[in-house]
Amino acid sequence: MNVLNVALESKMLPPSSRTRRWMRRYGLASLGAGIILLWLLIALTAPLISPYLPDTVDVANRLQPPSLEHWLGTDALGRDVLTRLLYGSRISLMTGFIVVVVSAVFGTLIGGIAAFARGKVEELIMRVTDLVLCFPPIILALAIAAALGIGTTNTIIAMLVVWWPKFSRLARGLVIVQRSQEYVEAALVVGFSPSRILVRHIIPNAIGTLIVLVTLDVGNAIITFAGLSFLGLGVVPPTPEWGSMVAEGRELVEQWWVASFPGLAILTIVLGFNFLGDGIRDWLDPKSRRR
Amino acid sequence: MIRYVVSRLGLAIVMALLATLVIFLIANTVPGDPVLAQLGDVAASNKEFLAQYRAKWGLDLPLWERYFIFLKGLVHGDLGISIATQRPVIEDIAAYAPATIELATAGFLLSMLVGIPLGILAAVRRDSWIDHTARFLSLIGVSSPTFWLAFIMLAVFYGGLQIAPGPGRLDSIALPPPAITGLFLVDTLLEGDWDAFRDALGHLVLPSVVLAATTLGLITRTTRASMLESMQQDYVRMARAKGLKERAVVISHVLPNALIPVVTLAGLAYANLLTGAVMTETVFSWPGLGLYTFRSAAALDFPAIMGITIVVAVTYLLINLIVDISYALLDPRVLR
Repeated sequence: MNVLNVALESKMLPPSSRTRRWMRRYGLASLGAGIILLWLLIALTAPLISPYLPDTVDVANRLQPPSLEHWLGTDALGRDVLTRLLYGSRISLMTGFIVVVVSAVFGTLIGGIAAFARGKVEELIMRVTDLVLCFPPIILALAIAAALGIGTTNTIIAMLVVWWPKFSRLARGLVIVQRSQEYVEAALVVGFSPSRILVRHIIPNAIGTLIVLVTLDVGNAIITFAGLSFLGLGVVPPTPEWGSMVAEGRELVEQWWVASFPGLAILTIVLGFNFLGDGIRDWLDPKSRRR
Repeated sequence: MIRYVVSRLGLAIVMALLATLVIFLIANTVPGDPVLAQLGDVAASNKEFLAQYRAKWGLDLPLWERYFIFLKGLVHGDLGISIATQRPVIEDIAAYAPATIELATAGFLLSMLVGIPLGILAAVRRDSWIDHTARFLSLIGVSSPTFWLAFIMLAVFYGGLQIAPGPGRLDSIALPPPAITGLFLVDTLLEGDWDAFRDALGHLVLPSVVLAATTLGLITRTTRASMLESMQQDYVRMARAKGLKERAVVISHVLPNALIPVVTLAGLAYANLLTGAVMTETVFSWPGLGLYTFRSAAALDFPAIMGITIVVAVTYLLINLIVDISYALLDPRVLR
């Protein structure tokens, strides 16, 4: 964007049109960021804002429809759905961030090393990457999680195994593009070591694209973890977790509130990450920028 | 061209072999002794019986020897015996596969038939309400957890409005058609049984819509992006300059080039649908590979899990191979 455009935008447009333009440019990403912040806040303050305790069983009040006492109703054991939903945000956000951040860091380093080392090392790393990518993620994660046993940590490990290759492939592509840039040659001439150039020069330059992928991917990881939990592999009951809450209410079509609300929670949080990722991509890539 | 195909094929075979090794290692180096897990405490406390049991299943052999035995069986189509169903895994897979193929194909066609036109419209009418609606719909599609969407569809259209049939492939009182292909739609047609055809089709609607939702978003967005990219090319400007109508420009100049990336994605999407129907099938009690995978995982039925993972990985590799080859046919630059 050139200076003239900025001047036009800030001085000459009437305020309503300026707002509309701002909304078009940053609206989607801001909405996404807002949704994520809200859920983060809920996760942090869950014990303070929840009306009940997440695992208080109250059989006399089981399967109550939404009411003033229980805003989102109660489940088959009489537990408050709203409370479990608020607590559930903790597991979802935590697993989503852990899986994506750990595999992004690991995958980026591995991919960066591959692109920089070239030759046999690159060949070996990329074949291993391809090998993991030739399994459908859900099925491989399912097999590993089943082998390791039910539990949050084991499911996170299973997801990490299937998650890093896409980052290493992406990072390799980005580094190969950067490697031929003049500033890398300059750094080599000055005598910096390859690892220093990779970590201090190349990765910072390629980080933008990575951030988009990472942001979009947290939503993906949250859905996958919830899915594995839904299948009975994620958390150990009675841990409040959205996927397993949907599973508990799956047969209860009449008592729709038990399964609907936790699923809606997953939808909103994932939508938040996708809005944010989509918005960031628009800023970073001028070609796809919407006018 | 032939050289390209052969080299891709060779690579696929190597990958498939490595994949079997990975699966074998996952299933055989798990923490926790599978023998103890299967036998129970009383039998496991008998040392002699334990040794006999290990010898019977070849579990006393070194790991590499077991892998070769496993591989030898694999070559003969022997994937082992399922612990849960006590039947050969390969027979189980053959019995469950048609339901998945039928469902995945329906979902695939649905997402292509809606996604590609929607993506084209969104690109041609960029920044219009169609574009925004398409973007919003695809974001919703990508963000909805499949298992939840399946539940909502069932709750609304089956439980609430009662306009859709319930879970399963047919009404619970109906008998399945004689197994010719195992695809109910095809079999009922071959039999000329229209009522059963309608029944099977009705049961297919909700699960295929649910399955299509995620893919639809991806297809729409890729088509749109690829169309926009093509529309900025010189040959398009040229076509416009020589006075072609916009419709003709889009149909005969932009589209053929824009659809190449969509072909790649479509192949991958079909592979994903075939292998990723676990959630949809579980909620809709659809007797396909997804449901089989879920049941095997829940029962820790390792021969079954290993078998299904191998079949799925090979399918995945095969579809990727087909995509690569068709890509080379569509875009000869790949060969160079």
